[in-house]
Amino acid sequence: MATQLPKIDVVVIGLGAVGGVAVLPLVSAGMNVIGLEAGGWLSTQDFAPDELRNNTKDWPQSVQKANQEIPTTRSREGQEATQGSGHPMMNAVGGTSLHYWAQSWRLNPWDFKTVSETTKRYGASRIPAGSTVEDWPISYEDLEPFYDRVEYAIGVSGVAGNVKGKINPAGNIFEAERAREYPMGPLRASGFTEMMGGAAKRLGWNPFQGPAAINSEVYGQRPGCMYHGYCNRGGCHVSAKSSTAVTTIPEAMKTGLLDVVTHARVMEIVTDGAGKVTGVNYIKGNETYFQPADAVLLASHTYENTRLLLMSTSPSFPNGLANNSGQVGQHYFSHHQGAPVLALFPKDLNNWYGLPAQGVAIDEWSDDNFDHSDLDFIGGANLWVHTDRRPMAAARMSTFGRAPSWGSEWKSFIAENADRSNMAYIQKTTLPYEDNYLDLDPTVKDKLGMPVIRVTAEFKENETKIAAFAQDKMEQWFREAGAIEVTRYGLGGGMGTSTHAYGGTRMGDNPNTNVVDRFGFAHEVANLGVLGASVMGTSGSRNPTLTAQALAWRTAEHLVENWRSITA
Amino acid sequence: MPLGNMMANNKNSTDDNSLKVNEPTNLSRRNLLKQASLVGAAAMGGGAAQSALAASSEPAQPVQIPIREAYETLTAAESATLDAIVNRIIPSDENGPGASEARAVHYIDRALAGFRSDSKEDYALGLLAIDEHAQKTKSKLFIELNASEQDEILVAVESNQVTGFLGSSGSFFAMVRNHTIEGTFSDPYYGGNRDFIGWDMLGYPGVRMGSSDTEVRQGKQLTPSHVSAYDMAFTKQRRNRSSNGGQ
Repeated sequence: MATQLPKIDVVVIGLGAVGGVAVLPLVSAGMNVIGLEAGGWLSTQDFAPDELRNNTKDWPQSVQKANQEIPTTRSREGQEATQGSGHPMMNAVGGTSLHYWAQSWRLNPWDFKTVSETTKRYGASRIPAGSTVEDWPISYEDLEPFYDRVEYAIGVSGVAGNVKGKINPAGNIFEAERAREYPMGPLRASGFTEMMGGAAKRLGWNPFQGPAAINSEVYGQRPGCMYHGYCNRGGCHVSAKSSTAVTTIPEAMKTGLLDVVTHARVMEIVTDGAGKVTGVNYIKGNETYFQPADAVLLASHTYENTRLLLMSTSPSFPNGLANNSGQVGQHYFSHHQGAPVLALFPKDLNNWYGLPAQGVAIDEWSDDNFDHSDLDFIGGANLWVHTDRRPMAAARMSTFGRAPSWGSEWKSFIAENADRSNMAYIQKTTLPYEDNYLDLDPTVKDKLGMPVIRVTAEFKENETKIAAFAQDKMEQWFREAGAIEVTRYGLGGGMGTSTHAYGGTRMGDNPNTNVVDRFGFAHEVANLGVLGASVMGTSGSRNPTLTAQALAWRTAEHLVENWRSITA
Repeated sequence: MPLGNMMANNKNSTDDNSLKVNEPTNLSRRNLLKQASLVGAAAMGGGAAQSALAASSEPAQPVQIPIREAYETLTAAESATLDAIVNRIIPSDENGPGASEARAVHYIDRALAGFRSDSKEDYALGLLAIDEHAQKTKSKLFIELNASEQDEILVAVESNQVTGFLGSSGSFFAMVRNHTIEGTFSDPYYGGNRDFIGWDMLGYPGVRMGSSDTEVRQGKQLTPSHVSAYDMAFTKQRRNRSSNGGQ
């Protein structure tokens, strides 16, 4: 029997990158908020520069809830779905924002209006066959103020390319107008980033340092980045990374209005018979609790957002909460970040103390920044090279066919070349398709006997054509910079699981094809908001977190401003 | 010295001594000395046993005692075979020490008691299969072979030509290579990378709190820090209650 707890204004499920942001506008408006987090608190002392722990052992000090519910994956219907070895999400206060790469991009206006802009410029026939892509119900301009709020609330470093129409070539000249500069200048350059920037300029391109949720200088009470080289899946030992665990969550706690409940596993969102949520059931240890609330914000990762809705069945919602439309789990896609290009240089790059967010970007072939008239795809890719090297990863480097993979000859190859290779990170426009989706696996269960998510998804022609196109540009860039070997990897295949997972609870005005409305509240359940990339209908060609955070802030603010109508 | 012979010697000698133990009144000083040296030799293990046997009736003679260490999960025979394998994957050679000196086997032994425990049976069967293959094709244990004979066997293992493994012999080799890399290049806290052998091999100047702008310029050589992440002061500080949101 569940223990009944006193009613609260808002319950936020998950205090990660998005839930951790949403709590701040809520408490600032005087709301009483309970944040239910499956993980616990980690502190700077837990963030030793330890590659084995960060990158191999998958954070043994975090609560291992997600790793008990790893999704199964398959490319297509009819195939058997198999369970992978790890979950892209993690459980701790701050969630994946503790160890993410922290690139903090705004999307391009084209990403919000892909259908209408493509139709206008090239004709409707250019929308890829089978894609369920729709225009977002909101535009870049609608989201701009919320991007701004998040950039200043958590602390994002970077150089603006377009402040109120004034173009600065040190930044991204293709970005849309922003109201003001970033709160901090970009992370510092390095010998490697300057080498790659110089090569890009010789090609006539516009290289710039990308934006990062990492302090480049003291910001508030937190120091600037120390450049110690363990940022990739590492927590920050000095709290320079702008995780919600060290920014918006503690800020919200100062008001006394946010109660953080850790080690709380939400099992079900509970509804009355009238299509409203009344609260959530969660387990902590051996106890089950019912936490009543006037409004619930579901703020887990895409996979768990979808799973919790599908598991929350009731007479009003026999196929899962907010799923009488059958849209929960649809329009899923994981970002095409694969098909990388790898280069070998004839000299040491000195990247041992770099980080994934310290990089150089090329945006010439992103989104619709270039003419697609004579091409057979839409969208594009952001090219990104960065400084990031750790000893085990360096020892596992490709030998480029120049040495065997073990023995004296190999040992001498890695001794000479450990600091000479670089892998480009190429994020590509990825679209939703009618046969890519999430559902509950019919047989595989977690430890508590609940089904895990099943991913049925593969990259389609549009994505693999972008990948091939982007690899040409990337190879050209590496060659110009002096690479002596360049390797291109495979162009696509099954989507699998990803930290960049979108859809499942897509946002849109049409309740027949979308789960949440333009403010992030479920079409079928007025007082249930959904936060995270699960509401995003397109990916753009850059990291999703800042956009998901801006949307979360907007949803929270909408709840505050429309409290009576939403909770009536 | 072949482990099999050593074990056979010990077995015989134990039987021999047990008779004396059952007849304490007949226990001569000579037999007491022999017992002590045999127990000592067994404890030393490896090549010391034969020398100790030969020397048992003689006054103490200096013998070369290989330094062995205690293992948690691997048997003495398994650890010896594995040490020979990792020494072929990352050999000790004219360019410096390798995985054996870095104590990769010590790392693997500890990992098999912990987060790599799922692989324990793979090791037990795989190392046995390699020795059986060596016996069959070369009439010797793997550790008795010279380097090129060992490489010949490892190439066969790597290319799926050997049977007796839990999975394929190729996947066993890939696993051992992976764990050898972990044992050579991970933080010394985990038991390998002794004396920072792995990090020095790669030219990695080691963990540190941070780096300055000038330190990361190309062509700049940093002096290796030679510390473990867990020697760094901030990982040892007393818990700061305000550092985790007030919990």
